[in-house]
Amino acid sequence: MSLYEWLLFLHVVAAFLLVAGLAAYGVLVFGSAGEAARRALGPPALALWNVGGLGVLVLGVWLALDVDSYELWDGWILAAIVLWLVASGAGGRLARTVREGAADRPGVQLAIMALATLALLIDMILKPGA
Amino acid sequence: MLAIIRPSAWELPLLVHVAGAMLLVGALVVVAAASAGALRRDDDAAVLTRIGYRGMLLGVLPSYVVMRVGAEWIASEEAVGDTTWIGIGYGVADGGLLLTIIATVLAGRAARRGAGGPGGAGRAVVVLSALLIVAYAVATWAMTAKPT
Repeated sequence: MSLYEWLLFLHVVAAFLLVAGLAAYGVLVFGSAGEAARRALGPPALALWNVGGLGVLVLGVWLALDVDSYELWDGWILAAIVLWLVASGAGGRLARTVREGAADRPGVQLAIMALATLALLIDMILKPGA
Repeated sequence: MLAIIRPSAWELPLLVHVAGAMLLVGALVVVAAASAGALRRDDDAAVLTRIGYRGMLLGVLPSYVVMRVGAEWIASEEAVGDTTWIGIGYGVADGGLLLTIIATVLAGRAARRGAGGPGGAGRAVVVLSALLIVAYAVATWAMTAKPT
């Protein structure tokens, strides 16, 4: 396997972890299982979201540097970084809400995370302007 | 570098396929985590086993359908023929469906035990969902590296 193929594979795996974290947060926010779900799914949700998010960013930047036809300042890559920041900001707030049990509109934070992640996926596949 | 240059007609089916696959693995991770939690925590076992069962019914099975429909759609658009990486993808998807159905039935049996704990069926759900996650990781490798 070439470096490009390894980077692409690990970048996609990181995206899978990110979505798994999102799915776990979805059960925590919209499920009715309460404390039991929070104890069992809270730590994996946080770990998956954080590891997946960091992996997507680092490996994505590495891919952009590795592939000659991509530049970090390409519009679709800048858009991806902005969407990543939006998703991460909402994810941080939701993690705090889940950990502390505070009422900080968790459904809104989760919706922002989900929409930003979907927009990231669309951006990665369409690569507008590339 | 073929993945970089892609006809626009492939983009929507690819999006459907990848989104379905991501939701499928995400739901499997939730099922595995909830079912494993049910084995460790007696007090929460009934609630977590029910989450595992609902995760299979409302998460894994529907997203499998989305992933598979997207796979057929993109395969017909690309007309890739009988290549190794497509074979790995179909093998994992077909075997995965069988394991998913078995895991769903077992998750239902575990959920019906209620306060009696998940038992052997619950343990089997954890093993099967972990196996499915590993299998889909192999399929993801085949889709990205495209071995010939």
